[in-house]
Amino acid sequence: MQPLAATNDFVVKFANINGSGSASANELFARCILRMGVPVASRNIFPSNIQGLPTWYEVRVSGEGWLGRRGGVDMMVAMNPQTWDKDMAEVEPGGYVVYDSTKPMPVSRFREDVTVLGVPLTLLSNTLEGTLPRERQLLKNIIYLGALSSLLDFDPAVVEGLIGNQFKGKDKLIALNMKAIKLGHDYAAEHLAGKCQLKVENADMVGDRIFIGGNDAAGLGAVYGGATVCAWYPITPSTSVAESFSKHCKALRVDPESGQNNFAIVQAEDEIAAIGMVIGAGWNGARSFTATSGPGISLMQEFFGLAYSAEIPAVIIDIQRGGPSTGMPTRTQQSDILSVAYASHGDTKHVMLFPEDPHESFEFAAQAFDLAERLQTPIFVMMDLDIGMNDWLCKPLHWDDSRKYDRGKIMTREMLEAGTEFGRYLDVDGDAVPFRTLPGVHPTKGAYFTRGSSHDAYARYSEEGSVYIDITQRLLRKFETAKTLVPAPVLRPAKAPTRWGAIYFGSSSVAMDEAMETLEEHGLHLDTLRVRAFPFADEVAEFVRAHDQVFVVEQNRDAQLQKLLITECGLEPSRFVSLLHYDGTPITARYITGMIAGRMATIRKDAAE
Amino acid sequence: MTYIAKPKLHHKAIAVNALGFTHRDYEGRISTLCAGCGHDSISAALIQACFELSIEPHRVAKLSGIGCSSKTPDYFLGQSHGFNSVHGRMPSVLTGANLANRDLIYLGVSGDGDSASIGLGQFAHCLRRGVNMVYICENNGVYGLTKGQFSATADKGSRSKTAVNSDSPIDLVSMALVLGASFVARSFSGDKKQLVPLLKAAIAHRGSAILDVISPCIQFNNNPQSTKSYDYVRAHDEAVNAVDLIEPREEITVDYAPGTVEEVRQHDGSVIRLAKLHPDYDPHDRVAAISYLQERHRAGEIVTGLLYLDPEAKDLHDNLGTTAKAPLNQLGEKDLCPGSKTLEKINARYR
Repeated sequence: MQPLAATNDFVVKFANINGSGSASANELFARCILRMGVPVASRNIFPSNIQGLPTWYEVRVSGEGWLGRRGGVDMMVAMNPQTWDKDMAEVEPGGYVVYDSTKPMPVSRFREDVTVLGVPLTLLSNTLEGTLPRERQLLKNIIYLGALSSLLDFDPAVVEGLIGNQFKGKDKLIALNMKAIKLGHDYAAEHLAGKCQLKVENADMVGDRIFIGGNDAAGLGAVYGGATVCAWYPITPSTSVAESFSKHCKALRVDPESGQNNFAIVQAEDEIAAIGMVIGAGWNGARSFTATSGPGISLMQEFFGLAYSAEIPAVIIDIQRGGPSTGMPTRTQQSDILSVAYASHGDTKHVMLFPEDPHESFEFAAQAFDLAERLQTPIFVMMDLDIGMNDWLCKPLHWDDSRKYDRGKIMTREMLEAGTEFGRYLDVDGDAVPFRTLPGVHPTKGAYFTRGSSHDAYARYSEEGSVYIDITQRLLRKFETAKTLVPAPVLRPAKAPTRWGAIYFGSSSVAMDEAMETLEEHGLHLDTLRVRAFPFADEVAEFVRAHDQVFVVEQNRDAQLQKLLITECGLEPSRFVSLLHYDGTPITARYITGMIAGRMATIRKDAAE
Repeated sequence: MTYIAKPKLHHKAIAVNALGFTHRDYEGRISTLCAGCGHDSISAALIQACFELSIEPHRVAKLSGIGCSSKTPDYFLGQSHGFNSVHGRMPSVLTGANLANRDLIYLGVSGDGDSASIGLGQFAHCLRRGVNMVYICENNGVYGLTKGQFSATADKGSRSKTAVNSDSPIDLVSMALVLGASFVARSFSGDKKQLVPLLKAAIAHRGSAILDVISPCIQFNNNPQSTKSYDYVRAHDEAVNAVDLIEPREEITVDYAPGTVEEVRQHDGSVIRLAKLHPDYDPHDRVAAISYLQERHRAGEIVTGLLYLDPEAKDLHDNLGTTAKAPLNQLGEKDLCPGSKTLEKINARYR
């Protein structure tokens, strides 16, 4: 078997044990390659566990810049005896296995078609004088990073620079880690030279892009978007949104004069309390948000209905995971679409935004606060574990300093004083969005009573059928207004005219980009439309009607977006082909390509017969 | 007679407060509760307390959950914003509202079903956090709107028209003491003389103030075998002290015999004057208060009065270090948005 040979185009997977400190070494590995100007896509595959269970980190090196999962593994860094056999089986024929060769391994545990690269990591780590056993465990990870830097031809200056950054200000640690790098590097250079034909070569394909996780970006987006109140309850995979908000607030939002905080973060007792606080703060004029995942969405339902009905701004960042119930808490899915679209009892519809990557997570998180206050309703930023908890290479975050927060229609003391008529639920502008007042605004004017029960245009309790219908119809019209404000879909026409289309959203984007190019190379053309929000813009239905068959690419079992399209746009189900991926791993270009090519071939064959 | 609008005309000689308001300016809509409902007396006490304190009605936010008690914010302070939220979830909504604007007075109105059953969790956690508010639980031991089911505060053995309650009761006051509330009181809707000063003191207090007000349900729980009936509460009410709130501008003139009266200064400069009715009761000893309450409950008494007070308590904003410059809901881009240059630097850290 010829060993695989590739430059700037391969997949390395690290099989580690949770809690062994591998995460930072693995991230350094990815960053080294980025610093060499070569794009990478990295993904954590981790269990719901703190210590002891297997965890993997997958790095796709792609000089061409593809950022989805590729599928398959060219090099396995097999550090976990528990999963050895499974990991070994996953390596592509001709691939490589790097392992700790301190203890000899029987030949039967290896594969003949795989190149074995043994590095005695434990032995080498024991030569690091003056270190504790726990430190040596951590340094083993750095030693394999050193070995890989030799095997894959990393630029030594890049490695040294990153180690310097990582331990900035801690010179002793820099020296120790560099020593570990050298140990690994020199061992590989001496014993394994010429055995590995996967290489990283300096390139210029990264540009000004950044490497950031979506949750981190969304938390920062909330800072830029002017959020002052965050109430949340810990739940994987959303926890790091609140942590990011907290981290960035501490750096950016402390009043320089007083040292006091221009923000308030409360870890609530549960998701119900979290959304209650968000709604209370929104009612009282603060930009507020929560971050949660599927089970939290289930618990918050009653409050979503209140905010919808009483028209209170709120932002909910939903980092979707595998459901239903506890489901797969550490795996990704896009499976809350329907439960959010119509969340709560009674007739409701909610605004959803679908960012495709961390860049848009930042942007949409910030924009969500404008939309929430403009529309006076909950806004859901629908992310997922793949975007949220993995670092993605994406465009740098952008902020336009001329941008002003849209605080929506708030009737001020001056307006009330001037005698402006105030009806809390009165549609004065024809856009179905009424004015609201904030508590404390005026001694004698503008007070009203907020309630979830049916009310008239002046916020008075009423169970009159016609009054109820007026209000609920206006809410429908308000949803039409929302259509004009949410991010527009992104159309990408095929290079040749086609009757085939594909609709996708969120984290499927990176895999779709690659799949479309591959299909095009094979002469299979599809127009694509990336949906970025619900309510759907009119173009979405037009796109579907303009094609005979439209694939809807989704990471859930029940084709939830497709159902929403059929229901909300009145489209014939027969126009759609579901392309579903829901095993908890991110969808791959290979999968999409295979499914689409297969379906197109079948149809063509049928047509020919 | 809820369909008759109360005329706004009033006698010329009606009393006015420091703001020039009469008590009528603190009223709300006409109550839709049953005639004789204890809750209406509590609303009246709130009106009187706010009038006497010369509170600007629009500086108050009144929030509630769901139930008979939670309807009452519509019936007082018509110039205040009100929020009738979700069953059992008033505390979280109030907490959020308070975070947004620390400068308003927050009145949380709830009932025993709302606070002790569906909302027990939120009841507990808002007190733990020290949210600056007055939390009033209008406690009648039954669900009124759904017609008379027992609530979690109903005493064991208490009877309604059709059933006997066999579950142990939840004592909200004891719980509040355990959970760290800094102002804990119990009163009776039929005792306005006690209730009004307690409400005033609670409003003056900074921190979580909880008032458990026994408020008989005339319709479903005012029968002789109920421990939340007017007659029962009147017969078993044991007040440990009598409270008076002296506002900063008032002069303290009356002299008392030593040891019978204690004066406690509040954050806002007002003074709570406590006349001791039970010489041994110390309202600053949380642990002793819990044990006293349990003991007297066993003896069949309903202990009322100001049961615990910590005038130095910190509130949620103190704990969070929230800016005092302006309420969070008044901050704009200048204070909130770090701008593009900073973002450039942040981007650089992710390369």
